[in-house]
Formats: sequence, C-alpha cells, structure tokens
Amino acid sequence: MHLSISGVSKSFGDGSRAKLVLDDINFELDSGEFVALVGSSGSGKSTVMRLIAGLERPSSGTITVDGNPVRGPGSDRGMVFQKYSLYPWLSAADNVAFGMRLQGRSRSEVRERTGYFLEVVGLQDAANRLPRELSGGMQQRVAIARALAADPKVLLLDEPFGALDLQIRESMQEFLFLLWERTGLTALLITHDIEEALLLAQRVHIMAPRPGRIVRTVEGELDRSNLSHLRVSTPFLELREELAQQLRSLDGTLV
Amino acid sequence: MGIFGILAVLLVWQLIAGSGLVDKLFLPSPEAVVKAGSDQYARGILIKDLVASVGRVGAGFALSALVSLPIGIAMGCSRVICQLLEPLIGLIRYMPAPAFIPLLIIYFGLGEEPKVLLIFIGTVFFNTLMIMDAVKFVPSELRETALTLGGKGFQIVTQVVAPYIAPQVIDAYRINMASAWNLVIVAELVAANEGLGKRISLAQRFLRTDEIFVGLIVIGLIGLAIDLGFRLLMRRACAWAN
Repeated sequence: MHLSISGVSKSFGDGSRAKLVLDDINFELDSGEFVALVGSSGSGKSTVMRLIAGLERPSSGTITVDGNPVRGPGSDRGMVFQKYSLYPWLSAADNVAFGMRLQGRSRSEVRERTGYFLEVVGLQDAANRLPRELSGGMQQRVAIARALAADPKVLLLDEPFGALDLQIRESMQEFLFLLWERTGLTALLITHDIEEALLLAQRVHIMAPRPGRIVRTVEGELDRSNLSHLRVSTPFLELREELAQQLRSLDGTLV
Repeated sequence: MGIFGILAVLLVWQLIAGSGLVDKLFLPSPEAVVKAGSDQYARGILIKDLVASVGRVGAGFALSALVSLPIGIAMGCSRVICQLLEPLIGLIRYMPAPAFIPLLIIYFGLGEEPKVLLIFIGTVFFNTLMIMDAVKFVPSELRETALTLGGKGFQIVTQVVAPYIAPQVIDAYRINMASAWNLVIVAELVAANEGLGKRISLAQRFLRTDEIFVGLIVIGLIGLAIDLGFRLLMRRACAWAN
C-alpha cells in the first residue's frame, strides 16, 4: 500500500469569500507505517483526513492509494471518528460486523472475523452490550475493531482519544501502539497532542494554521520498548517541549 | 396517580348528578351513561360504530404513514427534494383539513373514500415534516462511518438512517394519530351512516346526552389505547433509545 498526498489545497466557499484552509500539503504513507499529523485547532488537520477518506474533494492536488486517485469514500480507507460513531441500536458485536455486512461477506466469515476483532481489542466479553452500556474507551475500541474488520489498507484516526479522560487516554495509546506492533496495520493519526503523536508515530508532521500547512516533519527515532518509560525520558521530553514551543509560536503570531 | 384524578372526577360527577341541582337532560348520571352504553352494546351498534370509525382511522392513517415515510426520508436526505417540496407542504399544512370536506364530497360522494382521504390529508403533511426533521438530525458521523466502511447510497438509508429515526417516526405517528381521531369524528358529523361521530350527532337530535357521553368516553378510551400501543411498540422495537 502506498498513500500519496501531493500538492493538495482546499478552500471552502467560492469567489471572493473563498477561504483557504489547506495550502500545498505533501506527504506519503507506506504499508506498516504509523504517521501522525499534529496541529492546533484551525490547522486543517481534520480536513486532510476527510480528503483522504474521500468525504471531501481537494480544490487542487491529488491523493492516490496505490496509484489510484481517491474519488470518494471506500472501505480501503477505514476511519475512526472522535466520538458518537457507534450505531447505538447495535450491540458491540453487530457494530463490528456492520462494515463486513455492508460489503456482503458471508455469514460465517462475518461471525468469525467479528469474534476475532473483538478479541483483538479485548472486548469479547462485551459482545452483546449496547454502546451506551460501554465506557468511552471501550466504545473507541469497538470503533477501531469495526474499522479493522472491514479490512482497510490504511486506518485513519481522527483524534480518536480526544474525548477521553487523561488516564484512559494513556492506556488507549498503549493499546493502539501494541495493536500496531501486533497487527502491522498502517495508520494515520490526527491529534493536537504532541506527546500522543511522538509516542505512537514513527513520523510526525507539524501543521501550522491559517492556512493549514505542514511546517516541519520529525522522524521519531525513539526507543519504544516501554511507552511509560519513554513518556518521562529526557530526549522525549526535550523533543516534546521543543515542538510545543514551535506550535505555540505559530499560534502566537496570529493572536 | 392518574387513576385518582379519574376517580375524583367520577365522584364529583356522581355527586352533582345525584344532588338533582342540574337537569338530567344536561348531565346524565354515571349509571345512566353506563346503561346507555350497555344498551348500545346489546343492540350491536356500539361495536358497529367502533369498527366503522376505527376502520376509517386505520385506513386513512396507514395510507398517510406509508406515503409520508419515503417522502420524509427523501426530503431529509436530499437538499434538492427538500427545497422543492418544503414550501408546498408548509403551505398546505396550514389549510385546515376539515375545510377540504366539501371538495372531497363533491369529488367522491358520501362513501368511505372522502372520510379516509380527509384523515390522509389531515395527517400526511405533519407526518412527512416530522420524519424529514428526524432524518436531518442523524449525526453525520454515523453516515460517514458507513461510507468509509464501504456502504453505498441506498445502504446508508436502510442501514443507518432508517434504524436511527425509527423511534422518532413511531413518536410522530403517535402524536399525529390524535388528529386522525379528531378528523374521523368531524367527517362522521358531516355525513355518515354509522360511526362514533355519527352516533353522537344522532344523539344530539334526540337530546340523548347519555349517549353523547358514551360516545365521548369510548372515543377517549380508544385514543388512549392507541397511544399506549405506540408507546409499547416504541419500548419493544427501540429499546436502545430508552
């Protein structure tokens, strides 16, 4: 799998009222990579994700998956939203099965894969519970299992833990990192949390706002054998502080 | 608690009627009403009236429910269809349905069609607009998630929109059912051979207030039963929404 975003710009509105929200975005993503886009609100990072998902069209530039231009949403690019995306009338298992049923997979395959992916996210015991009976972290794990079960080439994560409490967020970050290590998935993470991006992603693109653009790319060559150690290690904290300052200065010039 | 309210009214009614302060002609006693009711039942007319009225409401409202569902969903899903139909429906909705009775009688005579159609006209626009509103409030994340899972246009309607709005649709039907009951009585007051509304207007002609009371109470009870039926359906079919 090779995802390529090249020369992508996006403006909303027409004519003189047109507002440029993304200006000349370029980056690549290959199989097995974990890449993050970090920026404050207004940096257009969510718009980048919606363009890749095919939910919006770029004003100029091209997005291709394995050389094929993106023309609309499709199951090759699975997406996990920040919240409210589980179907409240379906049990956890039926939510996981939802995409596979849309794709018309056989019943036995749907049953088997549903069981497998519920186990992958550690929720086999919650299979029959409705979303409202699950905690926020469990709901997001179901959403991730649902996206993975539809067998996407790349998983798009739009601030997936942004609505969770801090402790739960940290455990979900470890969960996602282990999931990535174990399943070899390809992921693009959108977040405003520098720590989250540096912990999880091998490559982090820093975005500046108004118009949204990539101002810096960090290749994180950090020792990820123990995430909770990494969180408090000196090189990690220094890098994190440096990027935080840069983000603040980007925002400060406009306030 | 509700039962005490009803019992209190019955008690006051019994006391006033029993005191002889009000002419029997204006306020029949509860016993007289029960007797008039059981008389009507024994002669078979109560059931006949009931079947006639319930049949009209059922047919008119079923037609309205069937027509409003696809149109409401289409209006909620498509901006173009909404812009095309909303002003028209918004206008017709404010024309009082009983005002259509003369036209309906000229077009369809005095049979069942004008009564069923009156109920249809009087409820279909409200049903449609309420369903449209429900569709507009389907969270975009739910549709977009289905799209990114490989869902296509019509699947979104049947797999996402329809289940999400089901509780609001049932509730819209429950609320608008009350108008259907208003309208069937109005239609029967104007022209009918049988029906609960017809019985009331006949009773008026013969100054049978006890029979008018029977009619009113039966209409109220049926309305209540239908309302409870819809609530039960909602609890059973949409447990997730409670």
